[in-house]
Amino acid sequence: MSKEEKKVNRRDFLFTASYTVGAVGVGAVIWPMIDQMNPDKAQQALATTEVDISSIEPGKSITVLWRGKPIFIKKRTSEEIAEARAVKLDDLPDPQKDEDRVKEGKDEWLVMLGVCTHLGCVPLKDKGDFNGWFCPCHGSHYDVSGRIRKGPAPTNMEIPKFEFVDSNTIKIG
Amino acid sequence: MSEHEYTPKSKAGKWFNDRLPLLTLGAHLTDYPTPKNLNYWWTFGGILTFCLITQIVTGIVLAMHYVAHADLAFASVEHIMRDVNYGWLIRYIHSNGASMFFLAVYIHIFRSLFYGSYKSPREVIWIIGLMIYLLMMAAAFMGYVLPWGQMSFWGATVITNLFSAIPLVGDSITTWLWGAYSVDNPTLNRFFSLHYLIPFLILGLVVLHIWALHVPGNNNPVGIDIKKPSKDTVPFHPYITIKDAFALLVFMIIFAGFVFFTPNVLGHSDNYIPANPLVTPAHIVPEWYLLPFYAILRSVPDKLGGVILMFSAIFILFVLPWLDTSKVRSAVFRPIYRQFFWILVIDVLMLGYVGAMPAEGIYLVLARVGTIYYFLHFIVVMPVVGYLEKTDPIPMSISEPVLTGGAEPSLARKANDKV
Repeated sequence: MSKEEKKVNRRDFLFTASYTVGAVGVGAVIWPMIDQMNPDKAQQALATTEVDISSIEPGKSITVLWRGKPIFIKKRTSEEIAEARAVKLDDLPDPQKDEDRVKEGKDEWLVMLGVCTHLGCVPLKDKGDFNGWFCPCHGSHYDVSGRIRKGPAPTNMEIPKFEFVDSNTIKIG
Repeated sequence: MSEHEYTPKSKAGKWFNDRLPLLTLGAHLTDYPTPKNLNYWWTFGGILTFCLITQIVTGIVLAMHYVAHADLAFASVEHIMRDVNYGWLIRYIHSNGASMFFLAVYIHIFRSLFYGSYKSPREVIWIIGLMIYLLMMAAAFMGYVLPWGQMSFWGATVITNLFSAIPLVGDSITTWLWGAYSVDNPTLNRFFSLHYLIPFLILGLVVLHIWALHVPGNNNPVGIDIKKPSKDTVPFHPYITIKDAFALLVFMIIFAGFVFFTPNVLGHSDNYIPANPLVTPAHIVPEWYLLPFYAILRSVPDKLGGVILMFSAIFILFVLPWLDTSKVRSAVFRPIYRQFFWILVIDVLMLGYVGAMPAEGIYLVLARVGTIYYFLHFIVVMPVVGYLEKTDPIPMSISEPVLTGGAEPSLARKANDKV
């Protein structure tokens, strides 16, 4: 090759321009193929659930299905709340105050995603070393606030977005 | 490829072969010079081809009766078992066929490890083989989800949640895999689609696997390079075909034993309970062929760490040809490596056993010891032993040990030593 040919010429420009347009075109075709796998509108439409909580006795809990996942709704006794708040934050692998996991003034109501943050199993209630939940799959122990205490799960059980519609009804999502 | 030029005898054959040389390919496969000392551990390639075709044929038939919908899948599988003519037989062949497929592939992989079949010049064969193995695991996992029983559902939940360990994008990836906010109908639908696709991808890779094999030719129990064709080789047909056919028959007897006498022994009874997203079974275990990796996953007390280690356990095999520093292929002539090989076999079997047990107490200790040894074997033992080991003298040709001593290469070696 001679030296003159190394200069950028019209053909180089055409190659670069063609590749660029081609890449954009390929990307435009690939993206719909990838995005079609994300939750569709029918799935997104299931985004909220209203639950009647009037019949739950103190110390008891119910499980409802929201977006295909279980939600634990527990009405805690005052002893349980006191127990959760007595825990030192230093003892927690994922430090979070119990106050930050409930709605202010509704401290007895723990509403959380009943999904172990390890690999997604449903923990069993009133089991484990911390008076809360225990995941049978790989042995994660959660306390009465749903916070991880022992085992392979990295974080506390998640609190979903929810609100009290009135004193007997909550809306999840 | 064979050196000789092939010319069809008939005029029509010649006409066709000039346009598409299929007959030349057939002649190559028939005459393909094969080492004459191949033992029965070499028959698993043929057995695996049989397994793949069995899975494809029974799978296509099952798909004619199965319904991939969360509300209907479980009932449609029961419909296959009870109503469809011979449905029970076809399904049991398919479900046990998956186990037999893995049994054969594990023997095939360990044969390769023992005789150094992954070493130069066969690295590409090895890597294609591992890609087949990965696809097999994906196909088996998705297939297990299709009956939509409790184990299907929770197995799918646990495995897809492995991806949520990825920092930052983990949750988006998991949701993307699900097509929902949990394992749900969209998940089942796409798993069915992919489960149908993967066997054909495997079939394509099998063609490449065999093509890559036919470039250097087969390795053999003494692991030496041989001239092809020579007095060290025999034509593939009829010598190897008949040997493969015999081994296949024995294999099919075992296969039929499972299908007809204990069709559910390798499955889990919880999978005859319909999927329930509110209740996790007390003991979630994967199918037996994934247990060693499951044990590695559970041996790490950290979520991301466990996932990384589990995937590493598979991906480390891809670089195996470069971790093994020994110039001698076959473990027959490697007195030290041979012992480590058997330790690895025991290690993997033990990991499989503890993978089926609860992750606590002694099982957790064993899982950790087993995991550490698994990685030590590949990262430390293979490079170091290959470098330090004094190997036994290797024969000049396959014929040499046979002519100077017994049929066993090891006996011949001792005879040589005296000379």
